[in-house]
Amino acid sequence: MPLMLLLLHAVLGGAVLAASGRLRRWGFLVGGIAPAALLVWLLANASGIIDGTPVVEDRAWASTLGLSLDLRVDGFGLVMGGIVSGIGVLIFAYGWYYLADSEAAGRIAGLLTFFAGAMATLVLADNVFLLFVGWELTSIISYLLVGGDGRTAEARDAARRALLTTGAGGLAMLGGLVIIGHEAGTYRLSAILEDVPQGTAVTVALFLVLLGVATKSAQFPFHRWLPGAMVAPTPVSAYLHSATMVKAGVYLVARFGPAFASVDSFRWTIVVMGLVTMLLGGWSAMEPTDLKQILAFGTISQLGFLVVLFGAGFPAATAAGVGVLCAHALFKATLFLVAGIVDHGCGTRDLRYLPPLEGTAWRATKIVAAIAAASMAAVPPLAGFVAKEAAYAAFLHGSTSDRVVFAGLFVGSVLTVAYSLRIAVGLFRPDLVADRDPDATLGDHAAGHDHPPSFGFLLPSLVLTVGTVGLGLFPHAWAEFAGPAAEALDHAAHIHLELWAGLGAPLLFSMLTLLSGVGVFALRRPVRRLVEATTPVAGRVDVFGAWVRGLPSFGSRVAGTVQRGSLAFAAGLAMSFVSVVAAVVLVTNGTWWSGGTDVIDAIVELPIAAVLVIAGTACTMVTRRYTAAILLGVVGYGMALFFVVNGAPDLALTQVAVETLSVVVFLVVLRYLPQRFDDRPPMGPKAARIVASVLSAGFVLLFTLATAGIDQDPTVAKGLLAEALPEGHGHNVVNVILVDIRGIDTVGEVTVLVGAALGIAALARAVRKGRTSAASTNVEASR
Amino acid sequence: MRRSIIFDVTVRGVLDAALVASVFLLFAGHNRPGGGFVGGLVAGSALGLAFVSIGPGGVDDLLPVRPRLLLSIGLVLVTATVIAPMFGGNAPLDHGLWSTDLPFFGTVKIVGALPFDTGVYLIVVGMVTTVFEAIGPDVDRDEVQEP
Repeated sequence: MPLMLLLLHAVLGGAVLAASGRLRRWGFLVGGIAPAALLVWLLANASGIIDGTPVVEDRAWASTLGLSLDLRVDGFGLVMGGIVSGIGVLIFAYGWYYLADSEAAGRIAGLLTFFAGAMATLVLADNVFLLFVGWELTSIISYLLVGGDGRTAEARDAARRALLTTGAGGLAMLGGLVIIGHEAGTYRLSAILEDVPQGTAVTVALFLVLLGVATKSAQFPFHRWLPGAMVAPTPVSAYLHSATMVKAGVYLVARFGPAFASVDSFRWTIVVMGLVTMLLGGWSAMEPTDLKQILAFGTISQLGFLVVLFGAGFPAATAAGVGVLCAHALFKATLFLVAGIVDHGCGTRDLRYLPPLEGTAWRATKIVAAIAAASMAAVPPLAGFVAKEAAYAAFLHGSTSDRVVFAGLFVGSVLTVAYSLRIAVGLFRPDLVADRDPDATLGDHAAGHDHPPSFGFLLPSLVLTVGTVGLGLFPHAWAEFAGPAAEALDHAAHIHLELWAGLGAPLLFSMLTLLSGVGVFALRRPVRRLVEATTPVAGRVDVFGAWVRGLPSFGSRVAGTVQRGSLAFAAGLAMSFVSVVAAVVLVTNGTWWSGGTDVIDAIVELPIAAVLVIAGTACTMVTRRYTAAILLGVVGYGMALFFVVNGAPDLALTQVAVETLSVVVFLVVLRYLPQRFDDRPPMGPKAARIVASVLSAGFVLLFTLATAGIDQDPTVAKGLLAEALPEGHGHNVVNVILVDIRGIDTVGEVTVLVGAALGIAALARAVRKGRTSAASTNVEASR
Repeated sequence: MRRSIIFDVTVRGVLDAALVASVFLLFAGHNRPGGGFVGGLVAGSALGLAFVSIGPGGVDDLLPVRPRLLLSIGLVLVTATVIAPMFGGNAPLDHGLWSTDLPFFGTVKIVGALPFDTGVYLIVVGMVTTVFEAIGPDVDRDEVQEP
């Protein structure tokens, strides 16, 4: 059943995309059916899963390759699946209003439907390859959604950066998953985690998986793509870049962290990486005035927090991680939705230009945002507070090293309080947070020009806020499903969610966090100057940016050196390179001279050889291209004679046909070339050409001698001869080899032929179109 | 390029014969020298000569389809021959053999490899004609000068 529901996403997504032009905003209604159906199914099966019996569905796919469509919904899968489908439904409802008049609504709705399916596949998959397929699909759909229609360079750059970062990490992760699966002897996720493999290979593999985690969940130093991805429409940012896709990395840490906690290097790398990310994200969130940018850095910070909790690997931290995960999904999605409402209503979401938001609807919006921000800052009695209490308690009751980690979490949480205040206060009194642009009120965004949200537009954020308050007030109901989720990750992880856990160290530190956060907020102006001063150092560490920019320039430099527009140069370079490399191998192996081979088989070969030598030598001395082409043809037909003499009629026939075609091609091509050869610069100096020719000839000679001496196993030929008639139904062995015994090779070859033909046609058309401006475009292309 | 009457007449004479020969090579290939690849090369060479001789309009009349259609049909044939046996639970490319007695022709054997080889033939012809169409003399007839 779950598999059918995932397929429903693909079917509906495809349908919405196909009819995107006509459906427009109705696409959200059609596409929304899929996540809604999944949500209903999850709720209907929730009680059984919570009682400890996961729903398992296995479907063979390509069983010989170890691929199967295994789905497994355990407690944690239920929570993740619930977040993906539940927030999905709300996002679809929100998109209905946000993109009401947008041309792109249908396309976005279709892609979001696909995304919901891919993300659900990722979190419900029990086969590591199926998980990887979902993982990569989310990256690709994110690329399409961030890039939009590709009209702005900003969107294209952001989309490409996100895709390259997450894609490269995904490949590393695939390698890691394969190694782990190989060492474990199974690619079934639940079986691997039940009985984890050990060893150096596994440790290396874990670090490869960690690369995937770090890129997908925007961990330092791979975090730069996430703020850029905010150019996407707000429903996309809220869904992909806060609630679900960026949690994919966290999901993997949650699965692997507790199971592999015994691998210390892996555990500590995760924890340090998460802490650095949490602090850096929180620090950077003090600078921007764009609401979505503050939220983006806040998300990076929170993802770092989650990575620390799950990566620490001990039961209490894992349990607290499940709590923070739920709370974060609720409050961060709300804040994104509100940022979108503000943007939609005022034409800006920049605190410098924000008009005063007045009226009932706006007041409700601001209150919703304030509650969400308070939950993010861990103000009681909201869900964020309950979760953070659990996290604090876990690390305060741990070992000494855990307390060091706690210090980092504390500082990160103080920053969280400070940027939460920036958002909440910024919406009510933007002038307190940002330097107001004095001209702003005179422009398009003047007061009174905004239009407040309708009730339906606000409804999804209201639903999420009810969740935030409800979970905070009734933590025991929350623990009903969060508990089994934590236990699915680690049998010993028993969750303790309490609104009032008694007077103790956690509560003390929670209050201290809030007070310090308010203090940092009070000092926001000097802090902001400090952030601006340090950003060039810390915030702009940009591994993939440098790579993305460096690669094309490196490529064009190489191409500019090698492809300088001279065929003689290119051919000479290629031939010399191949010759030298191959000759070195042949000589060092000692395979080039086999000893007693008969160089001359029959007397009749001598006159043929003489013709070949004469024609070949003459070819280098003539001055007219036509003459050279015909002499080359003579060499080719001479080779065909050799094949005839040696009893290979099929080879001879092919050789003659190829030679004939070559002569015909020369007839056509030579019309475009000067009639005579000349020694002008593009041909290169004569000495260089002679060297290239001698190298090539020497290689061919060595190669011929080497192949002549190879011990031919007669049984191979006999086997082929014996099989040709009964198996291939043909008397011509050569043909039977081509179409039957090695038929798959032939398929590959003819496919290459088709590709080459289409490529030549496209190139010729491009040249023809640009013939007048050919010189300039070629120069540009080669740079 | 100067038009040469001798060249043109020769090409016209050779073309039909070469095309027939290429089809013969295709069919004969399984038991005697030949095959789809060689047959395709022969047909391609003949059509190439025709391109040089009569120019584009003439060959468009000669060839009832666009070269690219030949490529597509060929690729579909080849792929279909590979996949078809799998539906019967056999290995890919598992060629069957059908033999019937026809009046006049005698016993005719058709091997499953024939459609495969025909696909190869069509792809080679399609490739050669695509390339000639792309770089051939028709492209810029008004620019052609005495070499």
